[in-house]
Amino acid sequence: MIEQWLKNAFLELQEYLRLCLAFARGVVTRPFYHRDVIEQFDAIGVGSLTVVLLTGMFTGMVLALQSGVTLDQFGARSMVGRLVSASMVKELGPVLTALMVAGRVASGIAAELGSMVVTDQINALRALGTDPVRKLVVPRILAGILMVPVLTVVADSIGMLGGAIITVWQLRVARSVYWNSVVEALYIEDVWMGIIKPFFLGFVIVSIGCHVGLRTRGGTQGVGRATTNAVVAASVAVLAVDFFLTKLMFVMWY
Amino acid sequence: MERAPQSPTPSAEYDAPVTLEDAFGPGAPVVVFDRVSLAFDDKVVLEDISFTLILGHTKIFLGASGAGKSTILKLILGLLRPDAGVIWVNGERVDQLREDELMKVRADLGMVFQEGALFDSLTVRENVGYKLFEETDLPLAQVNRRVEEVLGFVGLAEYIDRMPSELSGGQRRRVAIARAMAAKPRIVLYDEPTTGLDPITSITIDEEIIKLRDLENVSSIVVTHQLRDAFYIATHTAVRENGRIRVLPADPKKEKQAEFIMLKEARVVFEGNAAELSASSDTYLRTFLG
Ligand SMILES: Nc1ncnc2c1ncn2[C@@H]1O[C@H](COP(=O)(O)OP(=O)(O)OP(=O)(O)O)[C@@H](O)[C@H]1O
Ligand SMILES: [Mg+2]
Repeated sequence: MIEQWLKNAFLELQEYLRLCLAFARGVVTRPFYHRDVIEQFDAIGVGSLTVVLLTGMFTGMVLALQSGVTLDQFGARSMVGRLVSASMVKELGPVLTALMVAGRVASGIAAELGSMVVTDQINALRALGTDPVRKLVVPRILAGILMVPVLTVVADSIGMLGGAIITVWQLRVARSVYWNSVVEALYIEDVWMGIIKPFFLGFVIVSIGCHVGLRTRGGTQGVGRATTNAVVAASVAVLAVDFFLTKLMFVMWY
Repeated sequence: MERAPQSPTPSAEYDAPVTLEDAFGPGAPVVVFDRVSLAFDDKVVLEDISFTLILGHTKIFLGASGAGKSTILKLILGLLRPDAGVIWVNGERVDQLREDELMKVRADLGMVFQEGALFDSLTVRENVGYKLFEETDLPLAQVNRRVEEVLGFVGLAEYIDRMPSELSGGQRRRVAIARAMAAKPRIVLYDEPTTGLDPITSITIDEEIIKLRDLENVSSIVVTHQLRDAFYIATHTAVRENGRIRVLPADPKKEKQAEFIMLKEARVVFEGNAAELSASSDTYLRTFLG
């Protein structure tokens, strides 16, 4: 039982690593499908904008609200900006953006590639002389790697803006006080950390979505299963990778 | 292995799909299976399968559902690998080639998948022109001309800007045939091209297969359950008479160029031409022939 499970997990990991390798090869060698890359930038980047804007906005607002109450106990209401920006930039921006993208993009990719597998479209691609990794996987992962950081910056900014709205109108702190406090909390290491992590998270989300999609078996039912698995696996992977990257950067910088 | 054809054009120099006549001359084998076996997990799907397809000839595979017919076509394309045995296509060992080397072999193969397998995010035009558009440097105008030409060939010229989801099953099958032939492959594999279609549409598709074979000298492998279509393809021929294409009953010599192979429980149980199949007294064959 456990032996079987371990064997499957090992096989799965092996296949995943093989896909990552094939992706690397697909990036540096021809043929390269430019049009698909641009299409995916649009689908993954622009397509996720709304959900990321909403997430960032509400997160920033609730952060201001909660920290306002806590800080009031110490008479430090003017420090709200610090808390909002530090939490947004270091953790909540990257992680929440990645989780939203995992929910939206990993599932979409797994469903799309999964149904292409079960209807023989992937085989048709190969029969027509196209490597599915180059045509389908490379553009998606590239878009993930580059668009998740952009989306994260968007989420960070809109989160601070949301924090400002609550701080100024509800907590009655002066606008300049809030923004000064926001900037004060932004240490350069933290900003770097908040920018670097999303590159990895973007890669992890999309590569897992592609991997699960391409391994789909068992008809339309299999596609449903693949979609669910992709979201679960990508979300857990986001949190795990975020932890280990954070740990690694702490070791390297402090 | 000893009776495998030797290609005069080794893969390193193979760039354009060289015509098969150049490579082998008439009567040469283009697809060879030599004692091929394949199992999925512990289910044996093919065991000890051997056959040879000659240039310009037709092989028709019959067999119950699950007999391994689609699997044979996937093996020819290199989409699957056999557990044992040797497969030659156009003088290349497709059972051994790497995926990127296989692409050169596939350049000369067209495949009509069982359910069509059209790309549902692309229009009919983009589906049919896919290979020319994505995998060659042909100018766009020329690609479009070829797409219109092959769609005309299967009688779907006015559907060029539709999406696959807006087509009927039979139309989808015909678009799949158009896609398979767009890049002028010399070998076309048809996986149940007429299953589930009405007799009229089936005959149209059979005639496309016959025309491709007899007018463009395409070597064909047809998988089917439909006895009537199998016999129609085996016993008819297409000729061009003062500019018009006509499909006529074939003479006995032409008829012999179409061979039937019946699969049962992973093995070949019959191999022979239409006359031999009709004359066979094997009980399984008789039940299958009905
Ligand atoms: N990817 C796969 N994994 C496991 N088993 C498979 C796979 N593909 C096919 N099989 C099994 O191999 C056998 C042969 O399948 P194949 O698709 O070649 O049958 P077929 O002769 O084309 O049948 P049909 O006429 O129904 O299309 C079937 O029993 C099928 O269950
Ligand atoms: Mg089949």
